[in-house]
Amino acid sequence: MELRALTKHYSTHHAVNGISLALERGEFFSLIGPSGCGKTTTLRLIAGFETPTAGEILLNGKSVAGMKPYQRNVSTVFQNYALFPHLPVSRNVAFGLERRGRSSSSAIADKVRNVLALVRLEGKEDRLPNQISGGERQRAALARSLVLEPDVLLLDEPLSALDPKLRKQVRSELKSLQRRVGITFLFITHDQEEALSLSDRMAVMNHGKIEQAGSPKEIYQRPKSRFAAEFLGEVNWIGGAGIRPESVRISRDGPADAARCFSATVTGSTYLGNCVHVQMRLADGASCIAQVPQREFHREASGAVHIWWNATDELPPIEE
Amino acid sequence: MRRLRITFLTPAALVTLALFAIPMGIVVAYSLLSRGAYGGVVLPWTLDNYSRVFDPLYGQIVWRSLWIAAVSTLLCLVLGFPIALYIARAQRRRALLLNLVMLPFWTSFLIRTYAWMFLLRDTGLVNSALESLHLIRNPLPLLFNDGAVILGLVYGYLPFMVLPLYATLEKLDPALIDAAQDLGATPWVTLWKIVVPLSRSGMLAGGLLVFIPCLGAYLTPDLLGGGKSVMVGNLVQNQFTTARDWPFGSAVSLLLMAAVLLLVLRILGRREQTLL
Repeated sequence: MELRALTKHYSTHHAVNGISLALERGEFFSLIGPSGCGKTTTLRLIAGFETPTAGEILLNGKSVAGMKPYQRNVSTVFQNYALFPHLPVSRNVAFGLERRGRSSSSAIADKVRNVLALVRLEGKEDRLPNQISGGERQRAALARSLVLEPDVLLLDEPLSALDPKLRKQVRSELKSLQRRVGITFLFITHDQEEALSLSDRMAVMNHGKIEQAGSPKEIYQRPKSRFAAEFLGEVNWIGGAGIRPESVRISRDGPADAARCFSATVTGSTYLGNCVHVQMRLADGASCIAQVPQREFHREASGAVHIWWNATDELPPIEE
Repeated sequence: MRRLRITFLTPAALVTLALFAIPMGIVVAYSLLSRGAYGGVVLPWTLDNYSRVFDPLYGQIVWRSLWIAAVSTLLCLVLGFPIALYIARAQRRRALLLNLVMLPFWTSFLIRTYAWMFLLRDTGLVNSALESLHLIRNPLPLLFNDGAVILGLVYGYLPFMVLPLYATLEKLDPALIDAAQDLGATPWVTLWKIVVPLSRSGMLAGGLLVFIPCLGAYLTPDLLGGGKSVMVGNLVQNQFTTARDWPFGSAVSLLLMAAVLLLVLRILGRREQTLL
């Protein structure tokens, strides 16, 4: 799938402002950005719910301009799943196949059975959507789309309706499922952890534009803009250099040989279970956060400290 | 708290008792008494009034009432559904459109029915317009038949269908419609397979709100149906006026009420079953 200078203007603002992207077959691609950045509009343009103001969407090299949602071989997993409440799980999953009218009813039944086994929903075929759990609903929605074998599966924040513990589990299931079916996933999220852990490649969006596209590692370690750097995690900006909190070290006596060494005053700390975030103020008034392992942090580490880091851990300079 | 509840509920309970329970009791008592020579009721107590209702003559009236009410309800559904859907999907003018639906209530139903007579009679607006356009030579029989009664009922009760349907359709998650289209359903299939089944509760509520008053209607059949198109409502009305048979009128109205109550309970009961 390819997007070429895709643009959507509303009367009041530019929701999507000239996006170009090329997805490779079978890849897990994430679009990440804050709410209102245009990621959901992009998805709706691809699905065909909205008409682009300018630009092109190509599927398998062919433009889908003018094609209605029901004519495009893409499928969407909606944020709240949008399962049909009056139909049991199996009928929800069969809905798309029945519409295409290419398969016999026994072939449809076979496909439905297979895809429900794939998402581990055997035995729930006859339940209505409100009779299964949130995680099961999410898998039912996935099955409903996967059974159509779309060229691209669009996922609109499909994990956001789940509680945090379940979310992590479903996340890893989603990844392995995608590997098994080999369908291209376009995953929309505002959660950096989801995007970083799931994606083969990803794009950070802001104000209707793509700030940066690349592998999660590439964007996290070599962000091209301040926005991309800060959206994917916290960054300390000290003396013009960007440094992630996990790379900042603290001690009462500074190291003998570090080139990047500053004295700072601890102003507070946040206990996060597996680690501690230490807030500090530098001599010039700038603030700084260090993430240190829980066992290395001592509550008495207060007052005057030294911070330092390795030059190789610094983010490369950002040209604005 | 308890005292507060009693304080607030007592007036309502008294009003209900005075305006509902006591009149009902009177009607029940009348239906069991005998007919007075100049109206009113006299002793002795009797059950004759109830057995007379099952006379084939009245059976025909009941049958006709059911038929007219059913057709009117169906027409209201067919006409009301697109209206309700349109309002529910309208973004900005929703409030205006809803007010337009309720606008007719600002004038008395009686006056609006007379307006229909004015439109439909032989020398009425419709016929004279068609004549002056030389489309017809003799006036069309638009008034004083079943068609006119159904037209009047549909006109009068359409808002009672539109409003509950609107309430249901407005709550329908738009993502479901997107999802259906995304899965390959054309707009018609989406309407038929998703929107219509999911608005069943609104259709039932609207259906009852239209069917029940249509079944008991007397003003519309009286004015638009002429003498020919008698419905149960007219039968009851006649017993209290020209026929001067109050006990029989009471019995007919009570049986009508019982029939409606049974119907409602049955439909609601079935709905609860499907929800389980």
